[in-house]
Amino acid sequence: MGTAGARLGVIRRRYRVAPGLYAVGSPGPDSPVLVTANYKLSFDSLRFSVSGIDAWLLVTDTRGINVWCAAGKGTFSAGEVCDIVRRSRLVEVVSHRQLVLPQLAAPGVTARKVTRGCGFSVRFGPVRATDLPAWLERDGQGDEAMREVTFTLAERAVLIPVELYLLARPLVGLVVLALFLSGIGPGFFSPAAAVQRGALLLGATGLGILAGAVLVPLLLPWLPARQFWLKGVYTGLAVTALARPLVAAGLSIVEQVGLALWAVAVSSYLAMNFTGSTPFTSLSGVEREMRRGLPVQLHAVGAAAVLWVIAPFLV
Amino acid sequence: MRGYRYLEHTATLRVDPQRCVGCGLCVSVCPHRLFALEGRALRVLDPDLCMECGACARNCPSGAIAVTPGVGCAAAILAGWVSRLLGRKAPTRCC
Repeated sequence: MGTAGARLGVIRRRYRVAPGLYAVGSPGPDSPVLVTANYKLSFDSLRFSVSGIDAWLLVTDTRGINVWCAAGKGTFSAGEVCDIVRRSRLVEVVSHRQLVLPQLAAPGVTARKVTRGCGFSVRFGPVRATDLPAWLERDGQGDEAMREVTFTLAERAVLIPVELYLLARPLVGLVVLALFLSGIGPGFFSPAAAVQRGALLLGATGLGILAGAVLVPLLLPWLPARQFWLKGVYTGLAVTALARPLVAAGLSIVEQVGLALWAVAVSSYLAMNFTGSTPFTSLSGVEREMRRGLPVQLHAVGAAAVLWVIAPFLV
Repeated sequence: MRGYRYLEHTATLRVDPQRCVGCGLCVSVCPHRLFALEGRALRVLDPDLCMECGACARNCPSGAIAVTPGVGCAAAILAGWVSRLLGRKAPTRCC
């Protein structure tokens, strides 16, 4: 239940565990100390992965953010690690002076600063907690495959609910705007047209969301083009082409083009925004593609709005 | 990471082999496996795979690696541009 809620986004920001020292199995003074973030999904994934071994789990205060994002933001840092080492009195619990950190903590944690700050040396373990038992058994040897991030179909699909959930609030404003724009006509403003044409505009929005926030994540490696905004244009065009026979009856060509432009722009923007959820896009790259994609999207939205508003006057 | 490539010649990763001490920490922490040590010489296998997470530069003891780290999140970049246009302080990056 909690996992579903966090994945959806409803309770994502308060799904935390208390920072401190935890035990799995019956660890002793020689057992390894595995460090993690205090986002409950991170903590759960670690403790279930190592449930077969005896280990200490040291939970750092990352303000409820997962390992990689907290490291990127700087909340998973050498300072925080040393702080929890001191507060949990780790030196009184274990005889060795070594911490195993997730590899993805490395963007935030400077290993040598941990050693300087609290006397513990740092070893960066594998990317995925599920690889930890094997990694510990082999003492970190031959770990090449464990050190590379992946982005499988399942890893992409699990991101879709939160992408959609985060759209809920902007959608409310969009509904109001859609009703307003759709009601404008030769008779000044028609509530009936607002509802009828507004529904069409929202339908096109739904198609754009389907294309950009569902299809792009699912089909990511197979879509042509490196730039995400273009991937979104392709799925947007495909979806509107497929949906056309279902909705085009009774619509003028001006309205059809307006709706299609809007759906493709929505899809393109959402696809571009998905860059933030992938493990391989760089900030410089996203900035570069936004300089190209955003003007195209803005022009498409502007053209769509004009076509949609003038269409009733052309009949 | 097989099957994925992002834009070419964009990443800000810069390596100064002269300053490398051959500790191999960058080789361990890179989530895209783009470094290799040959003897004590650092080699960048494929700079276009860099996602600018900053793990290598943060952990490099000799300052041989430089990269401008950041999270490539379009909404956050857009919010940054908008607030710069309005002359406000940029909001913190989302995740």
